[in-house]
Amino acid sequence: MAETPAAASPTPVLADDIAAYLRRRARWSPLEIAFWIFAFASIWLFPDKYLILKDTAILALFALSLDLILGYAGIISLGQAAFFGVAGYFSGLVAKYGLINEPVIALVCSGLVAAAFGFVTSFLVLRGSDLTRLMVTLGVSLMLGEVANRYANITGGADGLQGVDIAPVLGRWSFDLYGHNGYVYCLIVLFVCFVIARRIVYSPFGLSLRSVKGNPLRAAAIGIPVKWRLVAIYTIAAGFAGIAGALLTQTTAFCSLDVFSLERSADLLLVLIIGGTGYLYGGLIGAVIYKFLQDWIATLTPQYWQFWIGLVLVVIVLVGRERVEGAIAAARGFLARLGDRLWTRIRPRSAALGGATDGR
Amino acid sequence: MLTIVFDGVAYGMLLFVLACGLSVTLGLMNFINLAHGAFAMAGGYCTVILVNRLGVPFVLGVPIAFLVTALLGGLFERTLYVHVYARPHLDQVLFTIGLVFMSVAAVDYTMGSSQRFVQIPDALQGQFDVFGIGMGKYRLLIIAVCGLLTVALQLILAKTRFGSRLRAAVDDQRVARGLGINVGAVFGVTFAVGSGLAGLGGALGAEILGLDPTFPLRYMIYFLIVVTVGGTSSIVGPFFASILLGIGDVAGKYYVPTLGAFVIYAIMIVVLIWRPQGLFARSTAR
Repeated sequence: MAETPAAASPTPVLADDIAAYLRRRARWSPLEIAFWIFAFASIWLFPDKYLILKDTAILALFALSLDLILGYAGIISLGQAAFFGVAGYFSGLVAKYGLINEPVIALVCSGLVAAAFGFVTSFLVLRGSDLTRLMVTLGVSLMLGEVANRYANITGGADGLQGVDIAPVLGRWSFDLYGHNGYVYCLIVLFVCFVIARRIVYSPFGLSLRSVKGNPLRAAAIGIPVKWRLVAIYTIAAGFAGIAGALLTQTTAFCSLDVFSLERSADLLLVLIIGGTGYLYGGLIGAVIYKFLQDWIATLTPQYWQFWIGLVLVVIVLVGRERVEGAIAAARGFLARLGDRLWTRIRPRSAALGGATDGR
Repeated sequence: MLTIVFDGVAYGMLLFVLACGLSVTLGLMNFINLAHGAFAMAGGYCTVILVNRLGVPFVLGVPIAFLVTALLGGLFERTLYVHVYARPHLDQVLFTIGLVFMSVAAVDYTMGSSQRFVQIPDALQGQFDVFGIGMGKYRLLIIAVCGLLTVALQLILAKTRFGSRLRAAVDDQRVARGLGINVGAVFGVTFAVGSGLAGLGGALGAEILGLDPTFPLRYMIYFLIVVTVGGTSSIVGPFFASILLGIGDVAGKYYVPTLGAFVIYAIMIVVLIWRPQGLFARSTAR
């Protein structure tokens, strides 16, 4: 697996060496830059697809949050929708009652609320085995769904939260009917969150998480506070999920009970499995594939698309997730080499550096 | 008050029959089967087709539903599940959720999305009035059937050769294998019977639980609660857990109807905080 060289740090090397190694690992590869250039180019390339692109960006951010805890910390969760929903309702309510009018500030606040909620619930989740975790995460999101249904006078219950009026972003760009500004807004938020997540996972903190995932007992033995690391990443991931939920509410000016549904969490797992876990882009690529797959199937069979989604899940597991991920990793490796080679042509000097570092 | 207890017990008994198969599969193979509810739904729809469309008597329809779902369970176990046992929990969750999605859409496609009811014979409708407690005849039947099943299951587990093999395999799979017990076969049979029981529960419970394509999703969490709270080492634990859950849910919905299932989820989380490892001590210690 890819994490072994990172988890097992080389025997006695100088601190400078390690620092240099970490910096090299964290460097933006040409492929990543190309990915983001393409992502932003999509604003001009696909002007008639803004709505689905916007949903994809939100889903990608949501999947990114799950990847942080599943791919980097190894926590299986069926309840990521809880944070999505909490922040979704929070941002809807603050906008409806005019408490915070500025969408960006409301977005950050929603993320913080979800993170706080994640911090509180993390203590429930960190106990017990995989099954207990599944149960508790699922239970928490279902419970919140019931609560939102109970206080229908505040949340609108089964009809959803209506009458949400979102002010223009930074007082200039309002959310238009075609979703252009909405998409640009989501994409920028996604990019900012991605950069933060990337910073986190390439930091020493991120490395320690990988070692916790690899072997919690050994990680504890070399002095990593396993429990607090997990609490921290769970909280951070909850914050990201919250921002995704708030984005959905803000761009649709609506929030309904299905933000808490099991399907949302289960679909999220599928997204991550399609894209592959543990390298951040998995959620993004998975979201793109999933959304377009869903869109395509839904045009074929509007009512029964869930069947085919289920079939995809079953087939992926039967074929073997390792094999699917292996194929993706191979494709990624190929593209990365291709990118490096192109880079070499363009800038021979940086290639010389890159060639030297590959030996380690 | 006593009516609530009575209804709760009937409900709990039903949950036990639905979930006991799951607790055995979980205990035996450490396999998380979220698709257990799909078998229950299959049993329910099987009865609907038999009784409502083909005019088979209700008393005959329910055992047939048991057989059909048992066969279906056995088939799925041999062809699909068998590949997933050795996989990590994440794969099992994905796989079974995929099955749930497929079953939901497939039933929606073939049977329509509206709620279905089984025609219960007139003799089973109405209620007795014992010391001022209203007892529905149908619920009384459920309690009787499920009670008998529980006793029978306990006897099979405790007294028969198959039961001791099963218990041996649950306790330590490797040693059981070493002693010449065909764990795979034991598991296949148990899975089939467990699915059959779920189908039976679905058939009996169509009236009380409500039968529509989202059944596996709605009741998944209930089955899992029974299993997590009750533990997987015997069927006594899940039994008490289901009775408790049944009474708790009925009482919760009666006294604080607006909170809905909130009470149940709260109970579950409290129990899991209280004994997070204790409930699974055996399976994690392995």
